[in-house]
Amino acid sequence: METNMLQANPQNWYLVLSTILFSIGVMGVLMRRNALIILMCIELMLNSVNLLLVSFSAYAGNSEGQVFVFFIMVVAAAEVAVGLALLVSIYRNLATTDIDVLSKLKW
Amino acid sequence: MNSQIIFFILAALSIMSALFVVFSKNPIYSVIWLIVCFFTIAGHYIMLNAQFLAIVHIIVYAGAIMVLMLFTVMLLNLNKATEPHKPLLYKVAAMVSGGLMLLVLLASMRSTELGPYAAPAYSESGFVQNVGMVLFTEFLLPFEMTSVLFIAAMIGAVVLAKKEIH
Repeated sequence: METNMLQANPQNWYLVLSTILFSIGVMGVLMRRNALIILMCIELMLNSVNLLLVSFSAYAGNSEGQVFVFFIMVVAAAEVAVGLALLVSIYRNLATTDIDVLSKLKW
Repeated sequence: MNSQIIFFILAALSIMSALFVVFSKNPIYSVIWLIVCFFTIAGHYIMLNAQFLAIVHIIVYAGAIMVLMLFTVMLLNLNKATEPHKPLLYKVAAMVSGGLMLLVLLASMRSTELGPYAAPAYSESGFVQNVGMVLFTEFLLPFEMTSVLFIAAMIGAVVLAKKEIH
């Protein structure tokens, strides 16, 4: 591994990449109706933010950002476990994962 | 020069697989493309010398979360036929609003100066030793609190997924 690995890539590229990934996640949440796909798109958004944090941490030479990413992963794992349990429970009651059916709390 | 080529290949792969996640008709394909996307992001972490996070990312996301997702797809018996469809108008509106958000974020980024973060020659901040040092000294209390969070999530998941007995 060459020593100036980071020097070759300006950090702006990571900013742009994670922005694109985040926008794709937002687009997916707006576009799809399957609740499982929406959960997956949320994971995608979390990951784009993680990538941004890691890039800032690496370019600033500071490990604290990476610890933060570690905690985000912990929260994401807990979130997915609870979300999927909710999904299974919804499916058992309504036999669908279409979010447009779940409109009782809508004003 | 080499690292630039690797970056562009990885970036193209991750964007492509993220798009496939959104546009696949079959939920199984979405899950599999999301796994590809997570692996490319792990590649980015390795490029940034964040080895600890790259390994944890693969273990947690590709290993645990995606297996959970795949099991749910299997359990709910989701396939192309059961996939709900939105009208074309909604899809176009979603694409336009996503694109507009991208545009706004990129435009605001153009006027940002990343002054103090000039690229270091060699970053060791992602090595297991350094991350562990920070994690177990400064962030010890939050680290211990995550176990409480996990207990809560575990109990919540079991309670929610349990069949109700009337």
